[in-house]
Amino acid sequence: MSRLLMTVNGRAVDIEVAESRFLSDVLRLDLGLTGTKIGCNEAECGICTVLVNGTPVVSCTYPAFKALGAQVETIEGLSTDERLHPLQQAFLDHGAIQCGFCSSGLIMTAKALLDEKQATGEVPGEADIKTALKDTYCRCTGYQSVINAIQQASGQDVPPYIPSTVTAGFEVGKAQPNPDALAKIRGTAKFTDDYSFPGMLYARTLRAGVPHARIRSIDTAAARSLAGVRAVLTHKDVSGRNLHGIVDLDWPVLCDDKVRYSGDAVAIVAADTETIAAQAVERIRVEYELLAVVSDAMDAVRPGAPVLHEGRPDGNLLKHIKVNKGDVASGFAAADVIVDRTYRTPTTEHLFLEPECAIGVPAGYHPADFGGNQDAEALRGETAIHDKTSIYVGSQIPYLDRDQTAAALGVKPESVRVIATLMGGGFGGKEDVAGQVHVAMLSETTQRPVKMLYSRQESLLFHPKRHATVIRIRTGATRKGQLTAVEATLYGDGGAYASLSEKVLTRATTHATGPYTVPHVKVDCFAAYTNNAPCGAFRGFGVSQSCFAVESNMDILAEELGLDAVEFRRMNTLDVGSVTATGQKMRESVGLNECIERVDHDMRGDDFRWAWKQGHRHFAWGLAIGYKNTGLGGGAPDKSIAEVEVWVEPADSGDPVVHAEVRTSSAEMGQGLPAVLAACTAEELGIPSSRIKVLLGDTDYCPDGGPTTASRQTYVSGNAARHAAKAVLAQLAPTAAGLLECAAGAVTFAANEATAEGKSVGLAEVIMQAADSGVPLLAEYEYWAPKTQALGSGGDMHFAFGFCAQAVLCEVDSRTGKVHVHKVIAAHDVGRAINPLTLEGQIEGGIVMCIGYALTEHYIQEQGEPWTKVMARYKMPGIKHTPKIISHIVEHATASGPYGAKGVGELPSIPTSAAITNAIYRATGVRVRSLPVDQDELLRAMRSGAKEIELGWGHEQAIPTVTLGGEM
Amino acid sequence: MPSVPVARNEHRASGAGFTECESPVNYKRNAVIRICWNKYHSPRSIDEAIEWLTHYDGRAQVIGGGTDLLLEIQQGLKPAVEAMVDPCRIAGLNQVTIDEDYIVIGCAVTHTQVVSDKRIIRDGTCLVESCGVIGGPQVRNVATLAGNVAHALPAGDGSIGLLALNGEVEVADTCGRRWMPLQAAFLGPGKSAIDHHRSLLTRLRFRATGASAGSAFTRVMRPQGVALPMISMAARVQLDADNTISAVRIALGPAGPVPYLAEPAMEVLTGGPAEPGQFDKAVKAVLASAPLRTSKYRATREYRAEMIRTHLPLVLARATERACSSDAVPVGAGQ
Repeated sequence: MSRLLMTVNGRAVDIEVAESRFLSDVLRLDLGLTGTKIGCNEAECGICTVLVNGTPVVSCTYPAFKALGAQVETIEGLSTDERLHPLQQAFLDHGAIQCGFCSSGLIMTAKALLDEKQATGEVPGEADIKTALKDTYCRCTGYQSVINAIQQASGQDVPPYIPSTVTAGFEVGKAQPNPDALAKIRGTAKFTDDYSFPGMLYARTLRAGVPHARIRSIDTAAARSLAGVRAVLTHKDVSGRNLHGIVDLDWPVLCDDKVRYSGDAVAIVAADTETIAAQAVERIRVEYELLAVVSDAMDAVRPGAPVLHEGRPDGNLLKHIKVNKGDVASGFAAADVIVDRTYRTPTTEHLFLEPECAIGVPAGYHPADFGGNQDAEALRGETAIHDKTSIYVGSQIPYLDRDQTAAALGVKPESVRVIATLMGGGFGGKEDVAGQVHVAMLSETTQRPVKMLYSRQESLLFHPKRHATVIRIRTGATRKGQLTAVEATLYGDGGAYASLSEKVLTRATTHATGPYTVPHVKVDCFAAYTNNAPCGAFRGFGVSQSCFAVESNMDILAEELGLDAVEFRRMNTLDVGSVTATGQKMRESVGLNECIERVDHDMRGDDFRWAWKQGHRHFAWGLAIGYKNTGLGGGAPDKSIAEVEVWVEPADSGDPVVHAEVRTSSAEMGQGLPAVLAACTAEELGIPSSRIKVLLGDTDYCPDGGPTTASRQTYVSGNAARHAAKAVLAQLAPTAAGLLECAAGAVTFAANEATAEGKSVGLAEVIMQAADSGVPLLAEYEYWAPKTQALGSGGDMHFAFGFCAQAVLCEVDSRTGKVHVHKVIAAHDVGRAINPLTLEGQIEGGIVMCIGYALTEHYIQEQGEPWTKVMARYKMPGIKHTPKIISHIVEHATASGPYGAKGVGELPSIPTSAAITNAIYRATGVRVRSLPVDQDELLRAMRSGAKEIELGWGHEQAIPTVTLGGEM
Repeated sequence: MPSVPVARNEHRASGAGFTECESPVNYKRNAVIRICWNKYHSPRSIDEAIEWLTHYDGRAQVIGGGTDLLLEIQQGLKPAVEAMVDPCRIAGLNQVTIDEDYIVIGCAVTHTQVVSDKRIIRDGTCLVESCGVIGGPQVRNVATLAGNVAHALPAGDGSIGLLALNGEVEVADTCGRRWMPLQAAFLGPGKSAIDHHRSLLTRLRFRATGASAGSAFTRVMRPQGVALPMISMAARVQLDADNTISAVRIALGPAGPVPYLAEPAMEVLTGGPAEPGQFDKAVKAVLASAPLRTSKYRATREYRAEMIRTHLPLVLARATERACSSDAVPVGAGQ
């Protein structure tokens, strides 16, 4: 230990710390300044940026003693209690803060830029901002709002970019920041790793490190004997069910007889420090018998392939999913032109900036037992008393975590409590159980709180990804441009465990005609187990994959037919009255053609050309359209429960004020759910959103909102909140009637008042009266979405669909093959914009994520071993990739949605990749059939005159031959 | 079936051969190492730095910005050390100075300092262009050019720029201080001739391009995978009064185990006119001699050759242009 003197946020710091400390450790651990977040510990993501003597540095790899005597600035130093820094205010106003995990990094990096510019009397332009923030990543926003906010903070007149929407109601339709944004912008918001309980231990997991092997023996003796080790657990210590899974129970909590992928958990350790835990993990000896590796979905289902899950009747075939409509043979017979191509999409990684973290707190934990402060009133956090096994975690499905943990512990679900913390991004990647069950086991064994924080590298290794697919698709059309038939065969790499493979690939299958009317359809999809990382939910949920294939074929067809690509699409789009491939008749809310018209109109502005050249710069437009269901669909029970409670607080001046809290277990991961729930509740109660508290994800204090997935929460929990608020008012109606001296049925509530027969009384007075007379001020509502039907039944598979169209302006450098997206014009039919500000954030972020899908991202595995072991090998789009995004919001309301809303989480990240490759084709004459686009391969084709390329970056082999119908 | 013990940390042979850096993050650890050193020394003089290195007798390591070094230790590519010796507080070493016609860069000078230095912009433009594209701003604010040279990567951008400028390296150890040619500092990929456990790279220098010479740098990147260039290239062109090339240096990488000096191409150009026809001949000479290879997930040999075909003439033309003018506006810095 040595003395470290420095100034942090203007205050002198004088502490004794180990010289081996990094600056981020000192800030977070020694000084408790947890506003600085750690995303990778590789100097890669930039979110841990702080200023040292005014200069931005990545604190995760900056030796603390390099900062000896320096002035250090962190996010906590920017604002005072009364006043936000202009950057913080601008980020808030522009919605440039979503999950909030990267925000302090973005803001601190931007602050240095503003300070530098201010010193010379300049203001930063977009190019300056893109240079300064080049390596400071954000996975939610898509950066446009970030750029605008920084410009505004520098004094330029750049208002928030909010597309026009239908007239706002009382609260619904207003652009306002997410309620949790203020704490995030100040750096005071607590994510899981920001909690530190008295007496807490640190846990680590031993991962298999081999893709496929039988476990001969596990020897933990050496690990147990290490000083400071409190528990070493293996499958033998799982007292309940040693399996978990969202759909199928096939994933061991801790592997017993075999391991099926490199990231499989074999043993877990809790120790006094993270270092000791890591050392203990290294001392565990596992003897494996290596088995042949299955590394490809098509190989997996061939006869004789090594079987991952012995005893399954279908071997590695996880599911054969079929869609059949009409008779494809006659459909193709009627076609004048048939396009038949095979495409390939890569495995991709969510790269939420917050790695998984979970903290288990044992039943009966008293902080005072470990010298901590205890507060009997506290419901959660470090000072609270915990009467049951509790898990702090950022999770997309808290109730399922609770149930799966209870099953593994062999206890009743009610004996476990999951407390959702803020989530630094999810995108589908925080649906499966990560460390939740493990920390519960370790904390109950040691009777201490146990934190398990995954490193970025472990996160990359462990969690489920987006399915790699190979898709052969045959599309037929008449000379006039009418689609006659689509036949497709898909292979999806599900990885080692089922996770949501069946659901994801069902979505890929049912959406494999695109949003078009096709009379004859036959689609077969084979989901397979392999020894790759499991694949599960990821924004787009299978539709991202099939859309790339469908929309590529549509452009090829248009060209072969000599039709304009937009016109050809418009001739075949779904509309009210159309029937989908699964036999669902669209009865309402199909805004697709309006989306196309809006985008087409903007794209064909002055001097429109599809493609042109300026020297080595080849420019072209490309367009693609997409659709995505809202909700679970396919007959799954789709419900959400919310409760709303109202109360009255005395005001500083004037009359008492009505407040409310809405509670549901649903998750916020940066998508803006609290803003939606607050608006829906406020709209019904007639009070401002700012007086609505939103409590999410506590299984003891929130009813079950179901999984936060499938773009469903606005719809189901928005509805649940709306109805719960209505139910509260209905409970209050008799009291109001008493005050108004009328019949309860005559009372209406609006604008903070109860009214009847020309008389009115303030809502606050009604509530106070009701409270006095014992009328409940809380109501719960269980909302059931309209019933759906299973695939194959021919009924409604889904209760709503969102639609979109996107046009992209791309440039290909004919010297390098490098692709750049300059502009995206987008239109999204979301039913109704509940909050246009947070909605626009979802749209921009989704588009930029899909640019990554097209151009930068590939989680590479070689024979079951990940090559992408570190974040430095996985590039998501940075601010330099962000195009100018022009966004239109189309609102074809759906009758059962809250105020007509359908949900938007996934929709924007679906068609962009196909739009980009369609543009590349126009710019270069080369059709790209594998993602992500490899400039090396593209340039080779441009030079050689090859018309199509089938190697994406990270692919070593050509796309395999797929037999339609999938004979195996 | 016999039990097969699992080899952990197996170093995969990569198609990249010697130019790719593998990062075998240990599966058991599933994380980077967070304790990379125990003691951290910030000496105030070169002598003190040498004393510390001597004191630890090989168990200490010189650290500059640490942005490459610490990642390598954290990812298990290099061992952790007992002590770090950080020369960044040694007076004078965090400055760019002029010594007759040399521009001298202290070992604590960061990439950001290089990029914003007016003298280097004018008289070592390719170094500004190369240092301006390394990493992101936060890394450039900390990472030193000396560190880039010390790392000895075959395509270290700063090293490529400095090699074109015929840079030299000053090393201090118990025997004193001496200058050596930059090229002599590189032994192989990641292998420096300077023992960073026992000696200190104190300064770098190169001759200012002055009125009759100019330099330029460019590189081609891909947006995926590791942030290493597909290819980097730099040139320094010296002109006679009649616009004949009197001297030229061309550096590029990755081409072979160390930054590559394209001597055959330099010979082709020397004594001839600075014009496109000659530049094309230089390209042919490079392609005939440079040991270009395919690196898996990074670039094919063919692509690298093509980039030399398309970009080297541009670099040579830009360097020539700068040789004819007294000012230079660097291109691409910050990208």
